[in-house]
Amino acid sequence: MTQMNQAMIEKYRSSFLKEVETNVEEGHWVKMCMQCGVCSGSCPLGPHWEHPPQEIFMMIRANKRDEVLKSSSMWFCTSCYNCIARCPRGLPITHIMHGLASYSKKLGLAPKSQPTESFGQIFWNSIASNGRVNELKIGLALQFKDGFGQGVKNAMAQKDLGMAMMKTKRMNPMEFFGGHTCKDKSGIARMLKKAQEVEDQHIANYGAGK
Amino acid sequence: MAKREYSYYPGCSSQKKASADNFMRSANAMCDALDITLKEIDDWNCCGASIGYAGGGEIPRLSLSARNIALSKQQHGDADIIAPCAACWIATKEAEERVEHNPRVREGINAALAEIGLKVEPAQMPKTRHMVEMLVEDIGLDTIANGKKKGLEGLTIAGYVGCQTNRPFGIAGESFENPKYLDNMVEAVGAKAVDRYAKKVACCSGALMFSEPEKGQALVRDIIEAAYDGGADMIVTPCQLCQMNVESYQTDINKRFGTKFNIPVVYYTQLIAVAYGKSAEEAGLDGQIIKATKLEALAGK
Amino acid sequence: MADMKIGAYICKGCGIAERLDTKSLVSVATRDGKAAIGREHDFLCNADGVAMIQQDIDGEGVNRVVIVGCSRRAKTEAFSFEGVTLSRANLREGVIWVRPDTDEARETTQEMAEDYVRMACAEAKFLKVPESSGEQGLLRRIMVVGGGVSGMTAALEAAKAGYEVVLVEKAGQLGGVAAQMYKRVPAKNGRQGPVDPEVEKMVHAIESLPSIKVHLNTTVAKTSGAPGRFKVELATESGSSSEAEVGAIVQATGFVPYDINKLPELGGGKSPDVVDQLGFEMLAKAANGGPIKRPSDGKEVGNVVFVQCAGQRSEAPGHLPYCSGHCCTTSIKQAMYVKAAGGDATVLFDDLRTPGATGEDFYRAGQEAGVTFSKGQVSSVEVAGGEVKVSFKDLILNEEAVDNADMVVLATGMVPMSGPDPYLMLDLESARGQNDTARVADLEAQLEGGFPSVLNLDYRQGTDVPHLKHGFTDSHFICFPYESRRTGVYTAGPVRRPMDMAQAMEDATGAALKAIQACENAALGRAAHPRSGDLSFPKFRMEGCTQCKRCTVECPFGAINEDEKRYPLFNEARCRRCGTCMGACPVRVISFENYSVETVGQQLKAVDMPDEFSEKPRLLVLACENDAYPALDMAGMTHQEYSAYVRVIPVRCLGSVNTIWITDALNSGYDGVMLMGCQKGDNYQCHFVKGSEMAHYRMSKIDDTLSQLNLEKERVQTFEVSITDIERIPKIINDMAELIGQIGMSPFKF
Repeated sequence: MTQMNQAMIEKYRSSFLKEVETNVEEGHWVKMCMQCGVCSGSCPLGPHWEHPPQEIFMMIRANKRDEVLKSSSMWFCTSCYNCIARCPRGLPITHIMHGLASYSKKLGLAPKSQPTESFGQIFWNSIASNGRVNELKIGLALQFKDGFGQGVKNAMAQKDLGMAMMKTKRMNPMEFFGGHTCKDKSGIARMLKKAQEVEDQHIANYGAGK
Repeated sequence: MAKREYSYYPGCSSQKKASADNFMRSANAMCDALDITLKEIDDWNCCGASIGYAGGGEIPRLSLSARNIALSKQQHGDADIIAPCAACWIATKEAEERVEHNPRVREGINAALAEIGLKVEPAQMPKTRHMVEMLVEDIGLDTIANGKKKGLEGLTIAGYVGCQTNRPFGIAGESFENPKYLDNMVEAVGAKAVDRYAKKVACCSGALMFSEPEKGQALVRDIIEAAYDGGADMIVTPCQLCQMNVESYQTDINKRFGTKFNIPVVYYTQLIAVAYGKSAEEAGLDGQIIKATKLEALAGK
Repeated sequence: MADMKIGAYICKGCGIAERLDTKSLVSVATRDGKAAIGREHDFLCNADGVAMIQQDIDGEGVNRVVIVGCSRRAKTEAFSFEGVTLSRANLREGVIWVRPDTDEARETTQEMAEDYVRMACAEAKFLKVPESSGEQGLLRRIMVVGGGVSGMTAALEAAKAGYEVVLVEKAGQLGGVAAQMYKRVPAKNGRQGPVDPEVEKMVHAIESLPSIKVHLNTTVAKTSGAPGRFKVELATESGSSSEAEVGAIVQATGFVPYDINKLPELGGGKSPDVVDQLGFEMLAKAANGGPIKRPSDGKEVGNVVFVQCAGQRSEAPGHLPYCSGHCCTTSIKQAMYVKAAGGDATVLFDDLRTPGATGEDFYRAGQEAGVTFSKGQVSSVEVAGGEVKVSFKDLILNEEAVDNADMVVLATGMVPMSGPDPYLMLDLESARGQNDTARVADLEAQLEGGFPSVLNLDYRQGTDVPHLKHGFTDSHFICFPYESRRTGVYTAGPVRRPMDMAQAMEDATGAALKAIQACENAALGRAAHPRSGDLSFPKFRMEGCTQCKRCTVECPFGAINEDEKRYPLFNEARCRRCGTCMGACPVRVISFENYSVETVGQQLKAVDMPDEFSEKPRLLVLACENDAYPALDMAGMTHQEYSAYVRVIPVRCLGSVNTIWITDALNSGYDGVMLMGCQKGDNYQCHFVKGSEMAHYRMSKIDDTLSQLNLEKERVQTFEVSITDIERIPKIINDMAELIGQIGMSPFKF
């Protein structure tokens, strides 16, 4: 996707704000921020954000494209929607943060090995291939994402919880071999492929100068 | 009690032998007691949840929920879709909102749905509602209080509403900062609700419990501590992810922060099921990692 | 009133009869108070009780009514009788509600009540029903000075109400600042963005109304007289002059922008491409919707930076310390001009303030139009190579940043176009008379850069309306919007306080209505706020006057001129009836018919003074009727206890307190005297502006009297209280009672 990134840089050279407005989910709201900072103060993981939402909005206006898109900040969103509930200007901040994270990933700019980014991708892959989430497999995949050795260590650390979940019939070891899926897996795959095409096209069209 | 029928889908975590298996068993017991029939949407799919954005952009993600909406319409007509899971509920409602108000997104979604012969249209979609809305608005908490077989006397319960059942949509008439319906539900089944539970609408870290366990567990520590401060015997929640995060990491949290937490975390459906005379097993109490002993004792009576 | 006949009526309702021996109160009224008639009634304020009193007035010739019951602030409509005087003894809020219902308190509570009956009867003996001064005459014409939006609004509103208007404008056309605007911030529905100012419509409306006479190129050369009978001399630029008679005046002289040449650090005066908001407005008007061209080279501007709070909200020397209120929305408006013409616009603000119902929506409209808003503190504006470089600290990102613009607009503040502060001018005159060169230099510095007189008032106290702060001609802004300190002269628009166009129009409407009210009041001889409707006015017993000039100097409203022999020349319609002149007069020749040195002096002397060994001290409280007395009443309503040794007399203002009352009180054996008035000083709450301050000043001189009498100075104290001091007032009184207990009883008990 670096090609797309290059195209976007050329298209929106002078205005990252315009790029966000066009390409990022709910991005047209960014200009309506009035810099009160309520979002940053309301975020449960606020202190862990390198740039809390208020700052992100200001950075977008200040044309700091790389600093925003390469930031790990948005990946700390827990989707608690506190910022949305409290924003006096009614900005859908949670969605904008998700949109920025998603867009940065699409352009290949998201930080590498960001745990939430990795977990989110594993989660999405599970949906895309089965139509439903396989909780056992995504759990294992997350534990093993940094290699087999680390994976065994992680799994051992969590084995008590796994056992408890199984004992209470809230996890099924057989999920590993198939488990919950949709019947129309191929249909869902076709649907998602088309959806992705439409979305990429939207960005590419503008990128091509249309 | 009047018989009611709804369309519904359980969501990934409430499937059999998934992490909220016991929720669905208690919900079924509750619906049985309240004469509610839930008709499952055949071949429903995951809503994408709150973490799906990492892999799926706006249109792919919303297409997932649009498929569920279109299937429900096809199978159950205009029947309301009941979502027992907060993430399913808001993802589906968000899809409805964008289909209604954003023509570009609507066209994209329909282009994707066309691949499988489905379509969503503005003003033609069934309404998606949380299971709590069904209880509060259709059944009524007074009716639930009047119809119960036994009161859960002697229990003090912290009503932990969490985030997504409360924001961004919430239950009509409730405030974001201090929603009352869960406390009212606790009182309706004869237990005592913790007054001014300080962490009632705090975040449990959601999906980040998996990717950022240290930060997530710090949030949960505060949620549990506040429940103890309020004199709670147990915590009740409407959310599957909240339940999982608050109940199942207590050993880790005790290790990490030197605490001695051991507090049961149950679902509102379990309280209602027990109050309506269902057994501990029917109410899914065998699914608690930390046993809700006092509630089990009441179920056995 | 030839024969004085007092009727005293004791109410037994509201628990009075349960707590007090009302029979004995009747005999106190008739025996000590010399009331010809004394009656009890179960429920005096009901129709039957009122009818009983009216019968005595009609049939028995009662002409001094004494109501013994609730506070003078209660039941005023029921107890309102024509042609007689009215005194009130406050036994409910002032006695039974502040005293405990116990056996040991019964005796002192009864004594308190009996004293109030004696006091009310004593007052009754010295009251007169105010008579008309004969100064009346209704003149339904007002003068409006200033032909901008404020002035035009005032003129149109007065004309709509059926008044004639003399509209004076010093420029050659009407419209003022608004006429130079391309567009304005809308008064309603901010989401629509800038709208047409429609100044031409207003000008046209004025020109088509025969009741408005417009004087262009004209200034006011002299204003004499009083409300209802002002005489003004108008002078035109060409040297001709004319006269007019008007009943009241609205001064709407507006503002000038702060001089940007005083802001070289922000590029002010360094380049024609750094302008103030009015300068940019004129460029936009010239462009008329097309691209705005910058002054230096005519280049179409692509990027404009607006710097907010330029030289204002700043304590730096020479800057304006206040916020001018309109500048943020004005910059948003102008930035939207730039966006509409296809350019970029950035507003650099510290706090973006968008007052008014429409302000926040207008801000949203600016954001929707794509104006960039940055919270930033500008450190410098430099001009180099066809660009204006703005260096600022981004306060959100906490870093230094630079914006290169085609033009920079400095949002400077409003400087009010008020005339010189009359009190500074008088001080200057006297400093010059005394050859006090240091003081002269200091005052000249304070007056420097000011504007020439606007009204040229022929008043003893200077030529113009006094200032409140920073040159704005406001008055007591909490209690009396629009009132200036010159009765019948109302100021409106940015000369009163900084404001935008919508506010100025509302302000002008209010001022026009106040001006009309002033005319009508003058015609009936009635006072303006806060003694609205009062018909009494000070009378001067000239044969006793020593021409000391204290009254003419101390009147807070400039009501008293001096005649050629330096005697006070009183102007009734300018007077607000506060009695500050009465308090000032060392020979006590000034009095009102219903409020005088005697009406208060006789009350305090009427109190039954226990002897030195009785252990029953007496404290006199002189309480301002505006805040302190209501607060005392409310202390009663909330049943807070205070000492039974207190005797309270309401006064119009502490300014009306004549020191003879203090001397009389001490000579009569009072053990302490408490004055309670409103807050004085810069943030005054005094309803008559200077009264409380004058009282504090006069009381600071009372120490001599005390030492002559060999009394401790703590026995006389002055307190600032507010109407909300409901819990503090009882505490102050009780503390004073305790203090007297420590000092000991006064030896002056006879």
